[in-house]
Amino acid sequence: MARYGMVIDTHRCVGCHSCVISCFMENSVPEGYKRDWIVEVVSGEFPNFRSEIRSERCNHCDNPPCVFVCPCGASYVEEGTGTVLVHNEKCTGCKACIAACPYDARFINPAGFADKCTFCDHRVKDGLLPGCATTCPTKAINFGDLDQPGSHLHKLMHDRSVKSLKPSAGTGPNVYYLL
Amino acid sequence: MIEVTNYRDNPLIDPHLEIWEWQISVYLFLGGLVAGLMILNGLWRIRDREHETKAITNSAVLWAPVLISLGMFCLWLDLVNKLNVYRFYMTFQIKSPMSWGSWILFLVYPAQILAVAVAKGSDVFGGVLKGLNPLLQILKSITNGREKQIAWLNVVLGVMLGIYTGILLSATAARPLWNTALLGPLFLVSGLSTATAWNMLSRPTKIEHSSLAKWDFSLIITEMFLLLLILIGFLSGTEGHQSAGMLLLGGGFTAVFWIFVIILGLLFPLWLELREMRGHSTPAWVAPALVLLGGLALRFVMVQAGQVSHLPDTELLFGAVGH
Repeated sequence: MARYGMVIDTHRCVGCHSCVISCFMENSVPEGYKRDWIVEVVSGEFPNFRSEIRSERCNHCDNPPCVFVCPCGASYVEEGTGTVLVHNEKCTGCKACIAACPYDARFINPAGFADKCTFCDHRVKDGLLPGCATTCPTKAINFGDLDQPGSHLHKLMHDRSVKSLKPSAGTGPNVYYLL
Repeated sequence: MIEVTNYRDNPLIDPHLEIWEWQISVYLFLGGLVAGLMILNGLWRIRDREHETKAITNSAVLWAPVLISLGMFCLWLDLVNKLNVYRFYMTFQIKSPMSWGSWILFLVYPAQILAVAVAKGSDVFGGVLKGLNPLLQILKSITNGREKQIAWLNVVLGVMLGIYTGILLSATAARPLWNTALLGPLFLVSGLSTATAWNMLSRPTKIEHSSLAKWDFSLIITEMFLLLLILIGFLSGTEGHQSAGMLLLGGGFTAVFWIFVIILGLLFPLWLELREMRGHSTPAWVAPALVLLGGLALRFVMVQAGQVSHLPDTELLFGAVGH
């Protein structure tokens, strides 16, 4: 049983949007929508500023409210990978999952269903990395099994400060950011 | 100083959610109103007060199936994939408030039809609906002697429906304005108040009108008390709850909340009902019409403002801090 996740290095990320473009191409994301996106945060007081650039997406949470609120069982957690996915054909487009996600990671695909990052499950099944992780020119996006002891994700998280987004939401996000 | 630039610009998501519009507000309003009609009808029957009533146990209850159908039509209009509506009834998701709601709505129909069947008078329907009266007679013969059980069924399902309309929103931790356990009780009490108003507009008897006015007076007071508790809860809550509360106390929804919900929807009808109880004459339709307007405004404000409220971007640091 794996628990797929990402560890994203904010020091390496330059905000080039390659991850966004590769996701767009790989998953035929409708024009005007994004499954992953860039956030820039500048904090501090002059002259001591701190800048952080990060690539964000669905956090494939351990405790996913989007799955719990779905009245039709269209949103689900894939067994064996922990990836949060949507059965498009079961979705009514009631938008409860969009309201429930504290990261606003979902949107309504114009084809009529709730859409979001899938960790490129179709690629991962073939032993490939998600499109964004493959394309990232600075290797800021690291994908793997968070439950595998000694994995490269564990090594990265062991050596650096790590944060997750909105942990107070109680969702147990599986995308981590190296500081 | 902290400056956040988010390059995501997904339609209906950014800069804040706009996924639910008037359809959901109207659906929640009608759901609450129908819940109230079912509860009032049941309670009056349980207390053997049919002889005093005309609206509560007879005429207003006929509207319940019509109004809930209208509400469900609004809900259907909101669905992006309308043809998939049957999927709600292919499963029961125990953790999903919307799934609970779908099945509650499925159950309220037979309960309402039974309530119509026990409504007094042999020919309940008139005009174009006259043809339904023979069918009603058959139902009446089946339900004869079971009025109390039917009344209880309507009360229980009415409470479930009324509370559900609030829980649908309050179970969403990501939107702090909705995330209060008092939203269910608030929508239930507001639903009862709007149902009382509906009955007051359904040509009640004089005794009935005075009972309804007293009943509504207490409901408005309870509703204001619940709103006060909710606002206190926001202001003494987390950062997300505080900013959600400020949407109604100085932020973008302040004017519409105070003018339409508090002043026109609660305080003004309260004053009119107080005057009526003291024997002053007031136009009988004004207070109930304002209560209905206030109930609708409450749903509009909560649905819209809730989509603006969000959790703050607090971040948990762990591991080797300082690198």
